[in-house]
Amino acid sequence: MKVTEKDVSYVADLANLELTEQERTRMVRDLNSILGHVDSLSELDTKNVAPMAQVSDRFGLDDSKQGSERFAYASRDDVHEGLRKSLPHDVALANAPDSDGTFFKVPKVIEK
Amino acid sequence: MNLRNLTIDAARSAVAEGKISATALAESYFAKIESDDPKIGAYLMLSKERALTKAAEVDAQVKKGEKLAPLAGVPVGIKDVLVTKGVRTTAGSKILANYIPPYDCTAVARLESAGAVVLGKLNCDEFAMGSSNENSAYKPVHNPRDLSRVPGGSSGGSAAAVAADMAVTTLGSDTGGSIRQPASFCGVIGLKPTYGRVSRYGLIAFASSLDNIGPFAKTAKDAAIMLRTIAGRDPMDSTSAEVPVPDYVVEIEKPVKGMKIGVAKEYFGEGLEPETRAAIEAAIQKLAKLGCEIVDVSLPHTKYAIPAYYLVATAEASSNLARFDGVRYGHRANSVRSLSDMYRRSRDEGFGPEVKRRIMLGTYALSAGYYDAYYLKAQRVRTLLTNDFIEAFKKVDAIVGPTCPTPAFKPGEKVDDPLAMYLADIYTVTANLAGIPGISIPVGNSKENLPIGMQIFGKHFDEATILRLAHAYEQAA
Repeated sequence: MKVTEKDVSYVADLANLELTEQERTRMVRDLNSILGHVDSLSELDTKNVAPMAQVSDRFGLDDSKQGSERFAYASRDDVHEGLRKSLPHDVALANAPDSDGTFFKVPKVIEK
Repeated sequence: MNLRNLTIDAARSAVAEGKISATALAESYFAKIESDDPKIGAYLMLSKERALTKAAEVDAQVKKGEKLAPLAGVPVGIKDVLVTKGVRTTAGSKILANYIPPYDCTAVARLESAGAVVLGKLNCDEFAMGSSNENSAYKPVHNPRDLSRVPGGSSGGSAAAVAADMAVTTLGSDTGGSIRQPASFCGVIGLKPTYGRVSRYGLIAFASSLDNIGPFAKTAKDAAIMLRTIAGRDPMDSTSAEVPVPDYVVEIEKPVKGMKIGVAKEYFGEGLEPETRAAIEAAIQKLAKLGCEIVDVSLPHTKYAIPAYYLVATAEASSNLARFDGVRYGHRANSVRSLSDMYRRSRDEGFGPEVKRRIMLGTYALSAGYYDAYYLKAQRVRTLLTNDFIEAFKKVDAIVGPTCPTPAFKPGEKVDDPLAMYLADIYTVTANLAGIPGISIPVGNSKENLPIGMQIFGKHFDEATILRLAHAYEQAA
């Protein structure tokens, strides 16, 4: 077993999840099962292989261009106003679980 | 009007020629959904008002004799991970049970601009995480071809709606096979475009470097019309590519004779059910009869695709789903003690088991001490898997193989064993990691009369070739 109950509690904490006792037990089992399968990746020597975070920087670009020039289509000049209107307050707050009409309301952040 | 196998052109022509009004056509779909969907479960929400407003617009155009758009009056369904202004969008999750988006997804907006009538929102696995639709927080979807089977996932509702004639065509999303696999299970066409081909603006993010929006359709031509409508650069998504969009409807009519088709032995190994193998081999023979040259290729890293995929996808998911905290929208837990208590309990109550599992796995893979061994390692393997395709495509125009190792399975078969469920995605996740397009087309049925799908992979931004092959196969079949 690689992942222990303690690891699960630590990771749940990082992920802002609480998880019930039952969920934690199950999570230990499932994570170990999946990570056991994942271990096959260590068979591959990837020392000299560059990591690939995304597709867009490798494909669909104009190869005659260099560096950031290749992405020039994805940027625009700075515009201070008039580009696109922000959502009006009432629309932005319409889905809020709690608000005072101007701000989203949340429970007290700083404990006494 | 008979809705069975109604295509985009047939529906549009009927409306244009005044055989049926767009309003009456939409109403017949709503009637069909009301009578048939209770046993299938494809729709989570109907958008009648929006649909009938759009249909009335089209009817007014017909009356005035105006030129009609390519999808004028065509009833479509939308997977519930694509946001629709004013129409509840849940992503199949309880955490968004009451979410009414203030804006429209670009792909949906483009369909409507082309005249499409949006019937409603389609059921899916929660946050598109699943391969059987059993992870929907609302209800399961039953496979229209055999109600005792799953429709596949995560776009199970989108596939089922097309298969059961409850929409002419639909949109789904594909992060690891979520369009192609349910298309295969339900016996329809499902197309995952090249990454960057279709804007992701308004797609509720699961794994941003892998997510794609694409169509389900009854014919290759319908898939071509749909892709032509939704494809192309969108300033609202910086990863949408500035690559010209060909007219796929013209492209599919070009001959396939002389095309080189790759077959990778890695897609015909252990785990592939004999009946599925036989159906795919027969389909490949048909392509050969059409004048295609069948060429052996190798994709040597295929067996590492599932582990690499489930690390990359969950790592990105854990980050994307951090936004669901009960502050600005979505579920908030009652009587909380503090802000952090609110975050935790809102997420605990709002997310289902599979979503929690993936957030946990992704967070683990990204956490200090494991980042290099898991996340970074997976990204390096992603390069190898992508290079496999680049090498193979030096020799061939397209690569074919099975979409799934088996036909549709039964509910409950894999739901308690996440690894078994993940392994069912073995032939589809590679296209997402590499960013290439893939299409699943029906090529036969099993002895139990379950559909079998063949997958065709293409080069980056070469959807035209795979649609052309799909069309040629369909015409010959």
